[in-house]
Amino acid sequence: MRHDPPSGPSNPTRRQFLLTTGGTAAATVIAAYIPVHANSTAAESGSAAANADGPNIEGAVPITLRINGKDHQLRIDPRTTLLDCIRETVALTGTKKGCDHGQCGACTVHVNGRRVNSCLSLALIHDGEEITTIEGLGTPEALHPMQAAFVSHDGYQCGYCTSGQIMSAVALLKEPCGPDDAAVKELMSGNICRCGAYANIVAAIQQVRKNT
Amino acid sequence: MHTFEFSRPKDPATAIATAARAKTAQQGADVRFIGGGTTLLDLMKLNVETPARVLDINRLPLDKIEATPDGGLKIGATVRNSDLAHHPTVQRDYAVLSQAILNGASAQLRNMATTAGNLLQRTRCMYFRDTAMPCNKREPGTGCPAITGSNRSLAVLGTSEHCIATNPSDMCVAMAALEATIHVQGPKGSRAVPIGDFHLLPGNTPNRETVLEPGDLITHVTLPPPIAGSKQVYLKLRDRASYEFALASAAVVMTVAGGKVTRARIALGGVGTKPWRSPEAEAALVGKPADAANFRKAAEAAMRNAKPQSQNGFKIELARRCLTHALQMATS
Repeated sequence: MRHDPPSGPSNPTRRQFLLTTGGTAAATVIAAYIPVHANSTAAESGSAAANADGPNIEGAVPITLRINGKDHQLRIDPRTTLLDCIRETVALTGTKKGCDHGQCGACTVHVNGRRVNSCLSLALIHDGEEITTIEGLGTPEALHPMQAAFVSHDGYQCGYCTSGQIMSAVALLKEPCGPDDAAVKELMSGNICRCGAYANIVAAIQQVRKNT
Repeated sequence: MHTFEFSRPKDPATAIATAARAKTAQQGADVRFIGGGTTLLDLMKLNVETPARVLDINRLPLDKIEATPDGGLKIGATVRNSDLAHHPTVQRDYAVLSQAILNGASAQLRNMATTAGNLLQRTRCMYFRDTAMPCNKREPGTGCPAITGSNRSLAVLGTSEHCIATNPSDMCVAMAALEATIHVQGPKGSRAVPIGDFHLLPGNTPNRETVLEPGDLITHVTLPPPIAGSKQVYLKLRDRASYEFALASAAVVMTVAGGKVTRARIALGGVGTKPWRSPEAEAALVGKPADAANFRKAAEAAMRNAKPQSQNGFKIELARRCLTHALQMATS
């Protein structure tokens, strides 16, 4: 009986495989997004970003994005959305691209503690602001209570919308919201779930609200 | 998306001077201010908007909500829709505005969208948004396929033979009923524009949607002092319960004394080519008993000049019932 082999250079996981082949195939596209290097302090990053090394892409602009408490000095095409910057440049792929037009909510992240559609926002506008993605919320070992509630309530099927749902739900905890399910549904209407896990999503959110 | 140069003007004067070099401030402007980006970036991705320069005004000092000396309210251009809707003064004295904003878009979009950006929100007409299609608003002179095509969601009031696109804003409808004033700073100085004069009817030039000229920067909106004892309601009817544009909506600011309407300000959304103030409905109400029969008469007056297209005739009766119901809600 065969067992799944451990992942490694000769046995890549699906994610590693996609990252490698995708990177090769889309090299020309991704050339527009140039990661420089991460730095820990904003003061250093400003000057370092201005002098950042890397391919000299015409029109690229230096920016410091503070994501999940860590400063990233980057040079990006001004057209880069916050979503593409998070996913392609910083390689945090927990945030998903759905419609790319602010209609589905899969790309929801927090900027300065408030939820936004990262697909409808230029990364450059958020220079120096505090951005939180699903990766900054909890870890597999120490889930955020909302992540744990989504697991225990089956608040997903395929999982594609889930990071956006959870980011929205966590932000909702700090927003004016009535106690009943209808109020939660109204405030979660910007997050579409193609699988239709809505009832379980509402149950997960209500459980967290009750316990906090 | 087309390439553009991005900059962050250090003050309003620099923003105005830079934008003043544009040929137009209307459709196809080569310089655009960006606030929340929820409309602009959406349209730039579709190549409907192709500015060569994008000026980030988010860090200009235009983000305050303050009382005015006359007892009204001053709302900065970059105040976020969510902050405006949840502001205690707005909730207490201008409830119709709070209700309208919270009935629009999603929580995420309301956190991003600004006051000035919402004033400049663009139509959702599918032909405008699709560069493969003709559209007089996007490319003057190419025609309006909506008139013979898909027009279920489009306007029945204020249309022309060149354009029937609906203004999609909820916020603007409430501001029309509150008689807001738009404050604009431009290369030639400052001016105040009543909201009723700010948006233009499509006529022969649907590409011109507002009175803004190159370099004009909306700095703030003012609301007049609240009307004591006024009943305020925003009612929005749509294809689904949330996160959808209006098929018809009504904003009502009304005072009733001794069973009679003493003052009424009525505006409609989802049915007009601009946020639709209805002096006809207001005139039909003032001095009359606040009852169902008069509410219906006012609604009929509001829609008297409505012109149905092939698919949107239902909107005329829907808007009548929407206004009638809103008036009942306001007085119950």
